[in-house]
Amino acid sequence: MRDGLKIVEESLLESDVSYSVVKEFMTHVSEKALGKRVLLSLRPQEELVRIVHEELVETLGPVDSSLHLRADRPTILMLCGLQGSGKTTTCGKLTQMLREQQIEPLLVAADLQRPAAIEQLKVIGEQLGVPVHTETDHQDPVKVCQNGVARAQRDGNRVVILDTAGRLAIDEELMAQLKKIDRKVGPDQVYLVVDGMTGQDAVNSAGAFNDALELDGVIMTKLDGDARGGALLSVKQVTGVPVKFIGTGERFDALEPFRPEGMASRILQMGDIVAAAREA
Amino acid sequence: QKTRRVLGTDIRDLFKSEGRLVDDDFLGELFARLIRTDMGTGPANKIREEVAKQYRGRVVHLEEVIQTITQEIRSQLSQDHGELAKNDSPPTVVLVVGVNGSGKTTSIGKLSHYLHANGHSLVLGAGDTFRAAAVEQLTIWAGRIGCEIVTGKSGADPASVAYQTVDKAIEVGADYAIIDTAGRLQTQSNLMQELQKIRKVIDKRLPGAPHEVLLVLDATAGQNAISQAKGFSEAAGCTGIVLAKLDGSAKGGVVLPIREQFQLPVKFVGLGEGMEDMAAFDPDSFADALLKG
Ligand SMILES: Nc1nc2c(ncn2[C@@H]2O[C@H](COP(=O)(O)OP(=O)(O)OP(=O)(O)O)[C@@H](O)[C@H]2O)c(=O)[nH]1
Ligand SMILES: Nc1nc2c(ncn2[C@@H]2O[C@H](COP(=O)(O)OP(=O)(O)OP(=O)(O)O)[C@@H](O)[C@H]2O)c(=O)[nH]1
Ligand SMILES: [Mg+2]
Ligand SMILES: [Mg+2]
Repeated sequence: MRDGLKIVEESLLESDVSYSVVKEFMTHVSEKALGKRVLLSLRPQEELVRIVHEELVETLGPVDSSLHLRADRPTILMLCGLQGSGKTTTCGKLTQMLREQQIEPLLVAADLQRPAAIEQLKVIGEQLGVPVHTETDHQDPVKVCQNGVARAQRDGNRVVILDTAGRLAIDEELMAQLKKIDRKVGPDQVYLVVDGMTGQDAVNSAGAFNDALELDGVIMTKLDGDARGGALLSVKQVTGVPVKFIGTGERFDALEPFRPEGMASRILQMGDIVAAAREA
Repeated sequence: QKTRRVLGTDIRDLFKSEGRLVDDDFLGELFARLIRTDMGTGPANKIREEVAKQYRGRVVHLEEVIQTITQEIRSQLSQDHGELAKNDSPPTVVLVVGVNGSGKTTSIGKLSHYLHANGHSLVLGAGDTFRAAAVEQLTIWAGRIGCEIVTGKSGADPASVAYQTVDKAIEVGADYAIIDTAGRLQTQSNLMQELQKIRKVIDKRLPGAPHEVLLVLDATAGQNAISQAKGFSEAAGCTGIVLAKLDGSAKGGVVLPIREQFQLPVKFVGLGEGMEDMAAFDPDSFADALLKG
């Protein structure tokens, strides 16, 4: 069984699960495996893989893909994350999803940082036929968000989606700015958008965003490729918030509710593991 | 002076300075440090075994062992072609590729600023005709730098924009033509074929071009960057790497296996979102930062 555990551990590291998270996870797994007397079972390696998969599903869950829309006033969703993780595109995807429920959100262009970020959201709004609140002369994203929310209230939009600028978790100034938006605008749901190709640093960045904001959910993007997405386990472990959706393409319909079983198999690469375990 | 240094150190470090026995605990701690750089389990296991072979049972300082490894990595990364390629007769054509959001357009902005500030003339090509406002983004960069840009309509054929960019560079006698492309995943075979087509069209207009194909990797990326290097090298014939977003807390250690497997040198590192936030890759400082705490 020692060999089996070793193989699983290496596989998780190769999936980009962060080192400390792998260690903690493996402790649970070996306790469980011992408790269930894997050694006494007919096919110990396969039994171990089953336990690992089960534990992964448990850690990645529970599922909650609801946006928790309010009835009394516009629901404010805020997307945040590192640069280039997919926030702006995900604003479009969430919009498409809401449109399918006959809800017209107002998009708010609160990224005053990246060149043409406002224009990008504007184009997305045009493509989807929803209004976009922009203020090209404003330097303060807090104001832009506040004005956007006020406009939604006036215009009767049931949902407001705030597209914030990408930032590094170690950038104190920009993290403080994000906290200020959070405090002054009071979003109902704050989602961290994480790139599915992220490596070991996921524990640090997700931890920092969670400390600053108290996240309500996670969206992992770019899972349409061959990335194994182990960073999701790290993010889940450090934030403890539900994984809401996964992004599987650049188009607006490429957003799926999160399914822990599929993700567990993807992270673990079941086929490979079982084969390796048999050889060991 | 010395007292201050002693007072400044953590009490645990004083005990550590006695040295430590190289045992499983020691090797485990070392392995953790290596894994955190994103170098992957292959290279990390290799280094651990090497250290175990040399030092097991002896008493050493972890930091000294780290120093030795750093030295080794430095020499592995020291390379003879870190410079941007230059065509004998201008223009030099640079094609920039990579997965979605890795930092291509921004890196072009920074690289162009650097070249322009050093007296070179250039033409940018807005070859991302797909993503919303990608053309506007590069146009803003061209405006900041004060250089020419060739654009097509949204949805236009990127190969034709690339062709026109090279054409323009030849016409105005520019030193460089730098062409942006839309982000794509290495698993999307039709989009990877599109890169081959872009290459072919560029070569048609200027035989031998592109002279440089830069793959932009996100420093926060994990092991998938290896697959990226493979896929993009096969489709687009990459000649070097730009390691963007190295100003964060991620280490970018995945470039170690990439260099070993595909002989792809890192040429530049991205250190922020501003015009000046790019530097030539320096193996020494990269290796030093890699295994720091
Ligand atoms: N393949 C794929 N690409 C995606 C996905 N989500 C977003 N992208 C692409 O990733 C790139 C970056 O997306 P953006 O939405 O601009 O990312 P962002 O987080 O807003 O970036 P900044 O505002 O610069 O921090 C774009 O090329 C998107 O089309 C996804 O699920 N799959
Ligand atoms: N901190 C930091 N941010 C960077 C760096 N390079 C790029 N960025 C940011 O990362 C985000 C994505 O950069 P882009 O240049 O748009 O990336 P891209 O590869 O062109 O993206 P697509 O065209 O959508 O595939 C932007 O917010 C940039 O400002 C860097 O070196 N450091
Ligand atoms: Mg954005
Ligand atoms: Mg781009």
